[in-house]
Amino acid sequence: MEAVLFFIAAIGALGGAVGVIAMRNPFYSVLALIVHLFSLAALFLLLTAAFVAAAQVVVYAGAVMVLYVFVVAYVGGGGESAWEPIPGQRFLAPLLGIALFVELSVAVLSSALLALGTDGPDVKAGFGDPAAIGRLLLEKFLLPFEASSILLLLAAVGAIVLAARRREETA
Amino acid sequence: MNTEWFIVLSALLFATGAIGILLRRSPMVILLCLELMLNAGNLALVAFSRMVGNEQGQVFAVIVMVVAACEVVVGLGLIVAIFRRRLPLNVDDLRELRG
Repeated sequence: MEAVLFFIAAIGALGGAVGVIAMRNPFYSVLALIVHLFSLAALFLLLTAAFVAAAQVVVYAGAVMVLYVFVVAYVGGGGESAWEPIPGQRFLAPLLGIALFVELSVAVLSSALLALGTDGPDVKAGFGDPAAIGRLLLEKFLLPFEASSILLLLAAVGAIVLAARRREETA
Repeated sequence: MNTEWFIVLSALLFATGAIGILLRRSPMVILLCLELMLNAGNLALVAFSRMVGNEQGQVFAVIVMVVAACEVVVGLGLIVAIFRRRLPLNVDDLRELRG
């Protein structure tokens, strides 16, 4: 059962990822990314990471993707020119990507981590639920938690400064 | 499921995102491919956290999500600013910062 769920979610995640890079229209790319994110949330659930899965759906597939859809609607999904500045880019890029995948796989599969071939230890019922993550965030990882909140504030202010209409433009 | 499967899947997703970044020329799609790569990293983090039986890797994944959200906000702000100035939305034409 678990294996079936894994393969369904893996095919969804991979299909979404391929859809993102294959679609001509950026709007469809965003929709493919949403499929990818939902499949990843299912994979996180299989890994008993309930809070991360919920955050993935609510924050990513919800809020961030709405932002993308707004910007795509504002900017308009212009088609890309077929002009290639680097000759053979269309063949070279997948080749380099496959080389990267082979390299990463060799690194993982030939590592000395014996636990890689196991399911991991049995965990108690509350593993990865919001209470456990919240306790870790507020006790052990308080400083990174606060630093990330400052980072979010900076990003929000920065985006407003970047995208705001200039005075002289409106006048 | 073995942890290996999750790690290999995450490597595959990472490579797919890298192919997209090398292949596409619209800054919006390049941002989406960056998301793919960050999410692949997240999957590896959560898989390793399950393998060790410790939730701290999941906290790491949550922080990565926060950083990804910041990156999206600034990137989309840049795209809107580029669009406002009537510049082409094509990373090959936007090469003024190149040395």
